[in-house]
Amino acid sequence: MTESTPLRPSPVTPSQTVGPFFGYALPYGEGPRVVPDWRPDAVRVRGTVYDGAGEPIPDALVEIWQADENGEIPRRPGGRVRDGHGFSGFGRCATDPAGGYWFSTVKPGAVGGHAPYVSVLVFARGLLKPVFTRLYFPEDEAAHAADPLLGELPDERRGTLIAERTAEREYRFDVRMQGDRETVFLVF
Amino acid sequence: MTHPPYLYPGYKSTTLRAPGRELVMPGLGPDSIELTSPVFGHQELGRLDWDLTRQHPGEPLGERIIVTGRVLDTAGRPVRGALVEVWQANAAGRYLHAGDQHPAPLDPNFTGAGRCLTDDDGRYRFVTIKPGAYPWRNHHNAWRPAHIHFSVFGTAFTQRLVTQMYFPGDPLFAFDPIFQSIPDQRDRENLISRFDMDTTEPEWALGYQWDIVLGDTPMEDR
Repeated sequence: MTESTPLRPSPVTPSQTVGPFFGYALPYGEGPRVVPDWRPDAVRVRGTVYDGAGEPIPDALVEIWQADENGEIPRRPGGRVRDGHGFSGFGRCATDPAGGYWFSTVKPGAVGGHAPYVSVLVFARGLLKPVFTRLYFPEDEAAHAADPLLGELPDERRGTLIAERTAEREYRFDVRMQGDRETVFLVF
Repeated sequence: MTHPPYLYPGYKSTTLRAPGRELVMPGLGPDSIELTSPVFGHQELGRLDWDLTRQHPGEPLGERIIVTGRVLDTAGRPVRGALVEVWQANAAGRYLHAGDQHPAPLDPNFTGAGRCLTDDDGRYRFVTIKPGAYPWRNHHNAWRPAHIHFSVFGTAFTQRLVTQMYFPGDPLFAFDPIFQSIPDQRDRENLISRFDMDTTEPEWALGYQWDIVLGDTPMEDR
């Protein structure tokens, strides 16, 4: 009974779905609260993850990773336990029964030649590997014109990566897995 | 192709959830955010997060096992300080989740969630209970092979991996569309742990070894 996986370096480990029952393991209390709401520069991002029938996906997990407000990439621990100060740049939120997720974070500064964006990763039951996308902010129109990714996209698809401003310091960013307004997903 | 496709009709839920359009490959490749990864520290872990058998007052039911291995890159270098999270069904094949309708008992001494950070050799180690197989409603007489879910962070966000570890010799492999969704049989076998007598501890627990290899990113060697 000693076969399979050798201990020498092997090919990449394949992805498998997160399944429907991660709810007691992966989400954690401070997951969506990348910064506390009381920070004067905190922004709220909300959205819904939709399937190809336009139905919300209640068993998805959304993760974000981003630079801080100055465009610095965080190198400090604190993605799971946060002290309310400092900035670890990572957030995780499971969708609710209506497919909704939220984050309290700061708007990142620009990094490199890119317009400011948040890296977004979505896992779900029925997704054998996660989808990557990026959330850009609507007020950065000028920077979007020069952004290397947005510049490559056809006009009719670019908008799926740009959040909608819904109130002062509040944005909506929906993720659509399929359909006319399918979100642009990235492969590296 | 190592990973499964997004659309695999044998696994029904992929039909409405797989992206319908071609994914976009950014001309410049991943950006510096995507080429870095969040950092986690020991202060973020509970003292017994790695031992799923000691998170409650009593002993959980089932077969106690030790699951260990290394998180590596494709060049065989250890990925140090990586957060590894696991979750699983109990010995009866039931998850501690409101949505799990399998009529098998819950175990008051088993939650089935754990986490740890890899050490300087990239090694992780969990003590847990061997999970049971369980039915799901994907198709007639559908049963999942026993598995432990793993979530791993690497050194780049693009390496982020969620996968499942299986046990050697499971008769359900051939019938499971989630396992079978991986196109190449050799890649599938990389999800099967290896029973290991050296990991096994006398009078206490069987041992399984399973290494996890994270993907390259195009600019990794810059």
